[in-house]
Amino acid sequence: MSSDHDHGCGVSRRKILECMTWAGTGVLWTIAGGTPRSMGIIGEAEAAESSGLTFLQISDSHVGFDKPANPNALGTLEEAINKIKTLTVKPSFVIHTGDITHLSKPSEFDDADRIISQARLDVHYVPGEHDVLDGDVKLYRDRYGRGTKGAGWYSFDANGVHFIGLVNVVDLKAGGLGNLGDDQLEWLEDDLKGRSASTPIVVFAHIPLWSVYPQWGWGTDDAARALDYLKRFGSVTVLNGHIHQIMQKVEGNVTFHTAMSTAFPQPAPGTAPSPGPMKVADDKLRSLLGVTDVTFKRGQQRLAIIDQPLKG
Amino acid sequence: MTTIAGHMRVARALAVAVFATTTALPTASAHAAETEVKIDNFAFAPHRVVVKAGTTVTWINDEDIPHRVASSTKLFKSNALDTKDKFSFTFTTPGAYEYFCSLHPHMTGTIVVEAASGSRAAQ
Repeated sequence: MSSDHDHGCGVSRRKILECMTWAGTGVLWTIAGGTPRSMGIIGEAEAAESSGLTFLQISDSHVGFDKPANPNALGTLEEAINKIKTLTVKPSFVIHTGDITHLSKPSEFDDADRIISQARLDVHYVPGEHDVLDGDVKLYRDRYGRGTKGAGWYSFDANGVHFIGLVNVVDLKAGGLGNLGDDQLEWLEDDLKGRSASTPIVVFAHIPLWSVYPQWGWGTDDAARALDYLKRFGSVTVLNGHIHQIMQKVEGNVTFHTAMSTAFPQPAPGTAPSPGPMKVADDKLRSLLGVTDVTFKRGQQRLAIIDQPLKG
Repeated sequence: MTTIAGHMRVARALAVAVFATTTALPTASAHAAETEVKIDNFAFAPHRVVVKAGTTVTWINDEDIPHRVASSTKLFKSNALDTKDKFSFTFTTPGAYEYFCSLHPHMTGTIVVEAASGSRAAQ
């Protein structure tokens, strides 16, 4: 570990600090030796090396949202993408954990694509409930569904890490929470079958797969079954969006993490009458929006995760 | 922040009230009654409504997040309702009709429809 101290967030401590100052754009994830790690402090951030796999999570861009909590959600998405373009260590790819659009309008999907493509990175999407307002998920699947199953779930491998994108925003049940459904769970069980328990796993989905605050719908009814299939793996990282704020929990070998939105913040659980968009002072908004940067490094135990606001 | 949100909510509530009094809702018949259910703070208000058969219920989305009103038995389902959008359904048969938001399914409500014969007899 000590040899890593000169190699943070790509190269140097100075550069790590640069990365961290734009937290709010997304979450930087570093996968180091199998376990994802939230790079909330510089010491952790230093674990990241350019030799590992670094990818970026963006979430809840809500393109089309123009209400008082942020009259220009497209503009703050563009700010996030511009930040990504300045990263010293270029991420291998981006995952978008849903609510790309606010109202599933073709024009909103077009605008989102136009801005996000400026990052010139592969983007792996899963839908949020705002992306499937057409009911049959056609608009989303036509754009992002190639090579996916069902409503858009899939898996892929990168640098020895197995990534699984799940959909928990369709066919929701009255009185319930997020829902994966039998078909997807059976696919997941099959997808994991035969994989070595030492394979680092990253699962991403829109609604949290852990019970953040069921009173506000922040959880997934049948997530326990998915986590049961994952429990034999030594390193599991679950990345979610939906709640527009950073939350993290570690349970055994599983690290759960939620990302900021690039559009508008939502209140902490139970601190407001509802989870609706939170209006904050204009000069505070960008400290509550952002992206997440994640780095994986072989031979180390955890993924490194840095949440990066648009403006410190 | 709370103050701002509170003012906004009041402003929106006033806007809805004005809208409701100046706009004629479609009616199924000359006798049809109408009632409204507001969607705000990720909840249906009132949560439970009792109406006579033949009543048209109109849901109005009064917040900045879209919602979708869906019968638990698939009797009715709205499109996604953006801010200020409305959806109406006329209940003709007595019974208890459970519904929820198909985007935020923890949001639930009930329309209880009673036989209209009593009110007709009184007319």
